[in-house]
Amino acid sequence: MATATQTQTGVINLQEERRQPQSMTRIVVRRFFAHRMAVFGLILLVLIVLYVTVGAAFFSEDYANKTNVRSKFEAPGAEFPFGTDSVGRDVMARTIYGGQISLAIGVVAMSISVTLGTLVGLAAGYFGGLVDAILMRLVEAILTIPLLILLLLLSRALMEISSATTVILGREISVTVVVIVIIIGLTSWMGLSRIVRSMVLSLKEQEFVVAAHSMGAGKARIIFGHILPNCIAPILVSATLEVGVAIVIEAALSFLGFGVMPPTATWGNILNGARQSIDDLWWLWVAPGALIMATVLAINFIGDGLRDAFDPRSIK
Amino acid sequence: MGKFITRRILWMFLVLFVISLITFFLMRNVPGGPFAREKPLPEATVKLLNEKYNLDAPVVEQYLDYIGDIVLPRITTGKLTPSSAEDYLVSIPLSGSGEDQKTLQWINFGPTYKSRSRSVNDIFRENLPVSFQLGVAALTIALAIGVPLGTIAALKRNTIYDYIGMGTAILGVSFPVIITAPVLQYLFGVQWGLVPVTGWEGPQYAILPAFALGFVNAALIARLTRASLLQVLNEDYIRTARAKGLTERSVIVAHALRNSLIPVVTILGPLFAALVTGTFVVETIFGIPGMGRYFVTSITGRDYPVIMGTILLYAFFLVVMNLLVDLAYMWIDPRIRFD
Repeated sequence: MATATQTQTGVINLQEERRQPQSMTRIVVRRFFAHRMAVFGLILLVLIVLYVTVGAAFFSEDYANKTNVRSKFEAPGAEFPFGTDSVGRDVMARTIYGGQISLAIGVVAMSISVTLGTLVGLAAGYFGGLVDAILMRLVEAILTIPLLILLLLLSRALMEISSATTVILGREISVTVVVIVIIIGLTSWMGLSRIVRSMVLSLKEQEFVVAAHSMGAGKARIIFGHILPNCIAPILVSATLEVGVAIVIEAALSFLGFGVMPPTATWGNILNGARQSIDDLWWLWVAPGALIMATVLAINFIGDGLRDAFDPRSIK
Repeated sequence: MGKFITRRILWMFLVLFVISLITFFLMRNVPGGPFAREKPLPEATVKLLNEKYNLDAPVVEQYLDYIGDIVLPRITTGKLTPSSAEDYLVSIPLSGSGEDQKTLQWINFGPTYKSRSRSVNDIFRENLPVSFQLGVAALTIALAIGVPLGTIAALKRNTIYDYIGMGTAILGVSFPVIITAPVLQYLFGVQWGLVPVTGWEGPQYAILPAFALGFVNAALIARLTRASLLQVLNEDYIRTARAKGLTERSVIVAHALRNSLIPVVTILGPLFAALVTGTFVVETIFGIPGMGRYFVTSITGRDYPVIMGTILLYAFFLVVMNLLVDLAYMWIDPRIRFD
């Protein structure tokens, strides 16, 4: 056993797998941690999460949102490690609190889109017929309107209250955060719903589903107890990648001025403040830009690692 | 084949109709109007403007008028002023001259509320070619980098070429254009002064934006090509081709690559539609007078005809491209049949 793990050849590993039957989860976890880039991505993401959480202990949110005209456009130095912006706010403190919002937007928007995509895919695939036709035509229609156009329209439609704030988890946050999360979630579920649907189409014909049915299992039990667990691979992979996509979409919307409104910071609207000054005020975009890139890169590495770990064809 | 195309074209018009319906009513339910200002205009002025553009009519009537202007051809009698000729995309003189000149006019996307002398068709004429050129340049870059990169990575699987190629590709898909574009501007425009930073006055102005757009998509295409080629290389017909003694080169080019391009062609349709109809972020960053930048300002200004026109134009491009993609499948892989 010890020698088998030490010699890292595929053949030995295969034999090891045969000797010791392992659960799917254990195989996936082991393959994931054998994937060097995936582990790198995971470490990077943990570091970013530490930056936005532990960093918050050093600055208060009031400090991050406080304007001070006397210290505007200060280059990075001892007092402000990442410099200050056009109204004298500390860029480092803003990337910390903005990061919390950006990451939260990513996770919540992902939850909405994955839930919707999975439910639509399950319904269309399992019930077929009219349900399938209506849902899939809906998916096609939404996909025909370009995502950004749809987002810009929706964002304007729902954002007349742009200066209002609301209290979430004890923090005062711009209402626009909620709007952005919802519209990103509502416009990005279509791809997953198609994947889940196609998996359900082949799964529902398999013996174990027929067996469950003949034993008297209800529709809900078959769908959620037997079919859904077998769709978990694509759902997990696209859930991971969706977090990165949502963060980038938020950044793009905020960048165009259609996203989260100040004083609430996000990485995207910090970048928006840097739009007019790429040449001499480089520090305004380097920090938020690097954080967005690192986060998305980490998430993509993790997503790729998960995909390979779930793929039965990739035996390493 | 003919039946398939006819059915698809009918379906296309149905999709366009549904999209026009959704966007028209979604748009009209957005609070605020085209003439809402921070300092409100006098009521009488707004009333006049609303009357002029028929905005006080019931929404259903407005919708029917709008669609009617696009779909129904009409024949006008009398001399045409240049501006009334340009309101229509198609304007064919029929018979007569001077006062009884008859002209067949078709496809009018309406006026823009922003400027009295321009119509949406004028915007299409002036700004669409800009977006189109930029889009074609970006797509060329994406394909020229993406396909070879993906092919090399697949053929030299698990070698240093594969790792470097796919490492670059994952960087490419991870770096959003809002970040790569300013970095490119800073390095090549400001620091080294090789190319202009913003504007649109000659071919050299297209270099940076085309690369900024091209990189992301090159990375996407490279990943897709690699995955698809790896799968195709395991197929039986590749073994057959090798067994009958074909050179490696013709096995790869004629047999493997051709079949592995199907997924690439699939995303090429929507990608082309998205790139040539304007990319908001890149056009905004580089100050390019294309459709994308126009669209962003038209949403803020509630310029309904411009919003509708842009969405319909994009949707039209998309459905046409998807049809072409399906036809291309049949050419690439004769086993694919649709009827």
